[in-house]
Amino acid sequence: MQFMLLFSRQGKLRLQKWYVPLSDKEKKKITRELVQTVLARKPKMCSFLEWRDLKIVYKRYASLYFCCAIEDQDNELITLEIIHRYVELLDKYFGSVCELDIIFNFEKAYFILDEFLLGGEAQETSKKNVLKAIEQADLLQENFSSQSPHNCLSTP
Amino acid sequence: MPAVSKGDGMRGLAVFISDIRNCKSKEAEIKRINKELANIRSKFKGDKALDGYSKKKYVCKLLFIFLLGHDIDFGHMEAVNLLSSNKYTEKQIGYLFISVLVNSNSELIRLINNAIKNDLSSRNPTFMCLALHCIANVGSREMAEAFAGEIPRILVAGDTMDSVKQSAALCLLRLYKTSPDLVLMGEWTSRVVHLLNDQHMGVVTAAISLITCLSQKNPDEFKTCVSLAVSRLSRIVSSASTDLQDYTYYFVPAPWLSCKLLRLLQCYPPPEDGAVKGRLVECLETILNKAQEPPKSKKVQHSNAKNAILFEAISLIIHYDSEPNLLVRACNQLGQFLQHRETNLRYLALESMCTLASSEFSHEAVKTHIETVINALKTERDVSVRQRAADLLYAMCDRSNAKQIVAEMLSYLETADYSIREEMVLKVAILAEKYAVDYSWYVDTILNLIRIAGDYVSEEVWYRVIQIVINRDDVQGYAAKTVFEALQAPACHENMVKVGGYILGEFGNLIAGDPRSSPLVQFNLLHSKFHLCSVPTRALLLSAYIKFINLFPETKSTIQEVLRSDSQIRNSDVELQQRAVEYLKLSSIASTDVLATVLEEMPPFPERESSILAKLKKKKGPGAVSVNELEEGKREGGELNGGGERGGDSSAISTPSPSADLLGLRAGPPVTAAAPSAGSLLVDVFSEAGSGSLASYFQFVCKNNGVLFENQLLQIGIKSEYRQNLGRMYLFYGNKTSVQFVTFTTTLNVQAKPVEPLIEGGAQVQQVINIECLTDFSDAPLLNIKFRYGGALQNLTLKLPVTINKFFQPTEMASHDFFQRWKQLSLPQQEAQKIFKANHAMDTEVLKAKLLGLGMALLENVDPNPENFVCAGVIQTKAQQVGSLLRLEPNAQAQMYRLTVRSSKDTVSKRLCELLAEQF
Repeated sequence: MQFMLLFSRQGKLRLQKWYVPLSDKEKKKITRELVQTVLARKPKMCSFLEWRDLKIVYKRYASLYFCCAIEDQDNELITLEIIHRYVELLDKYFGSVCELDIIFNFEKAYFILDEFLLGGEAQETSKKNVLKAIEQADLLQENFSSQSPHNCLSTP
Repeated sequence: MPAVSKGDGMRGLAVFISDIRNCKSKEAEIKRINKELANIRSKFKGDKALDGYSKKKYVCKLLFIFLLGHDIDFGHMEAVNLLSSNKYTEKQIGYLFISVLVNSNSELIRLINNAIKNDLSSRNPTFMCLALHCIANVGSREMAEAFAGEIPRILVAGDTMDSVKQSAALCLLRLYKTSPDLVLMGEWTSRVVHLLNDQHMGVVTAAISLITCLSQKNPDEFKTCVSLAVSRLSRIVSSASTDLQDYTYYFVPAPWLSCKLLRLLQCYPPPEDGAVKGRLVECLETILNKAQEPPKSKKVQHSNAKNAILFEAISLIIHYDSEPNLLVRACNQLGQFLQHRETNLRYLALESMCTLASSEFSHEAVKTHIETVINALKTERDVSVRQRAADLLYAMCDRSNAKQIVAEMLSYLETADYSIREEMVLKVAILAEKYAVDYSWYVDTILNLIRIAGDYVSEEVWYRVIQIVINRDDVQGYAAKTVFEALQAPACHENMVKVGGYILGEFGNLIAGDPRSSPLVQFNLLHSKFHLCSVPTRALLLSAYIKFINLFPETKSTIQEVLRSDSQIRNSDVELQQRAVEYLKLSSIASTDVLATVLEEMPPFPERESSILAKLKKKKGPGAVSVNELEEGKREGGELNGGGERGGDSSAISTPSPSADLLGLRAGPPVTAAAPSAGSLLVDVFSEAGSGSLASYFQFVCKNNGVLFENQLLQIGIKSEYRQNLGRMYLFYGNKTSVQFVTFTTTLNVQAKPVEPLIEGGAQVQQVINIECLTDFSDAPLLNIKFRYGGALQNLTLKLPVTINKFFQPTEMASHDFFQRWKQLSLPQQEAQKIFKANHAMDTEVLKAKLLGLGMALLENVDPNPENFVCAGVIQTKAQQVGSLLRLEPNAQAQMYRLTVRSSKDTVSKRLCELLAEQF
């Protein structure tokens, strides 16, 4: 996979993950182009399209579009299920996820994605294992935060 | 709500995000962001040391601002500081920031790498994973330099935690993709391959992506993975849906891993070991069988996962292309999908069937679905699906169904989406030509194409129809009649006028007997379009008019009248004015004989690969990459050719004839028999040198010395020698006449020492050319020769016989080595094959001599069949060395040869095959 984009029906980018080196300018151009292309498509249309020399696989969940760019030899259907598994992971973690969760906890969305996909390839496809990794991290966080209650905030 | 309620809610961040969301306008948002940036800057610059929490919060805010699309030019140092925090949450944000906002500041990179190094050696799996994720996300060369050595060790170490292994495998994959030279598997290879046997499914899932990528590059070192992959696949395929617990996805066992395993196997030819192969075929059959079973769930996820495996299995079956039974079953399965209610499946089935159509085993099976596919072209609501249907029709087309398919495509063109029209036009043009049995059908098809989609008919397409009409005299009369009729439409496309003008100018006489298309009627019809056309078309029409004067003397006065009118002879466009003046003069001073010679019918065009096909390849298609490379080769060749001379000038040579003096009047390139009616238009069709030199060019593929060119005036001899990637060529220009050639020049932008400008009658001068092969190439350098002979300028463009094989170093090898290397070069694009008829007697000794002349080593006792010839050699270019293997199989009975060339570079295989096919 070369990159994954999450954007809203209004075309607002909510998450971007690039697995190939590109300049910021190029990334913005690609994003603009793809958001426009995908939003212009009608609901019953097929989830795959050719774009430049890549294949785009996208799916809409409520107000969010999940859109992946894969290479010629990659498998479209399994990519569609990568998207679905990621949605399931977000859903499980946030408890019935909505766009707002991803806006306000964007860093978590990135962390979960890194546990699931790395370098554009599936790293761990078991839902349990991914969530376990994230929960462990959260646990570490809590331990640390309880050890150090924000004492620094109180110092003027 | 776990995340938000957790201790580190970062309230400041949430407030900031809400503020941004509440902004009513873009301006308000920017204002709020600038305020925040100023605030953060002052905090970072302030005297008070910030605590970790605030640093984290501000870094996170900066990240949010960046992700909104604004530029961030500070905060990197604070993020780097967070990396060395011993608080997990701070470290994590630090890494996220670094991953998203990579900065090439070398001081920072040193600090980042230090922090990563610490975490990698911390033995804390969570920290190690964070560090590995960061390397995988950034994947820069600096990181590869720092960590490419360490990560394989982590990956295979016995005490590494599973989750760390997974991250390490994919991290290494990313580094390999950016800096393959830095990632050396060497001693780790076998242990990495054995990760396929790991008990932890997650480890296998991650490791296999790495193994697949490495196998593509070094298939031999990793080939033990084939049997491991097959047994792993077999275990998954035969497992019950609950066996794999959490790796079962909607009742499908390990779909991701299955797809990746099938993908890995596509890097290799079918397993040689009978048992392994049997097991694999069994797996593939099971997968095909499962597709027929009733679904275990109604959820789309279930069918997607199941079908993802099915499509990957079909890809493997197509890749092997050796199991007719499986190929036909695959085709039937896809046939069912063609009518599935899921658009996605219909799309993929059409796409996959396209590749099946090119296999000899399944081509017929694919053809049985023609009605369904035509229906898809007509009724699919999604243009991308229709596009796939058109592709498939193109792929399944052969002589038996060409008329039907071309007709359907033509009728689809009338309503086709603008985005795919040009491609459709090219496809129709190619199919019509390829499968034309009677050429009147071909002409009708192309004219229809112009009528229906004239705007999308590129030059290549209408050039081609003219070439074909000129080369086939059985269709010329029909073509003239048809264009004449087509031109009668009140509004016809300019491309139609071009084709019509050209064809009537050449062959209008064939229909002139009919009073309805008498010469004057033809002329008036053409001229009625003149004023609506662009300059190039008008230029072409003027050439057609002068041809008319020659064909039909009775039109002379009318046409001279037209040429003489101010709008022609004083046209502000130089080209038009020049043509009008010259044609007028020509028609008034030249005798009928001279006119007839100058305006003779076009000679047939040499047969060559259709330029349309080349265009389609360039546009799209599986060969797109290789064609790009070819184009690059061309460009490099272009530099070699230097100047703008690339055969642009008239490429035929003028011979001394009664018309020589008259032609000498022209300031520009000499007009040859072919030039007037062609104008400058058709010469462009051939970007290569004239036809005269083509035969002799091929004659030099297997030899280095001889006569390159000869006509009544001039003989050019050639002697050349090659070593490694360097060569030297001596050209001998001999004047065969008794008169001197003056201002003799040759243009070639390799280090050609200038040639003597004067060649005495009967004398010979020599020119030396030094050659260096920079990279592989297809096009020969062009040599343009100009001189004056008795006042007339002579102009000649020749292809120098420098071909890629000149740079061969022969390689001797034993039979075993040969076949091993042969197998290594097994990617489809690495092979080029041609089957062709023998042009000369099939004499073994002559063949041997030719193959030796080619420059490769002729290997004895390698091929089990003593009739066959095999050769090996390495092409030396400055950029790289390209190993090539060749096999020539003569079939004395059929008087045919089969030639197969495999090279590490696809363009080389292709080129060698083309060159050699002309030799035997």
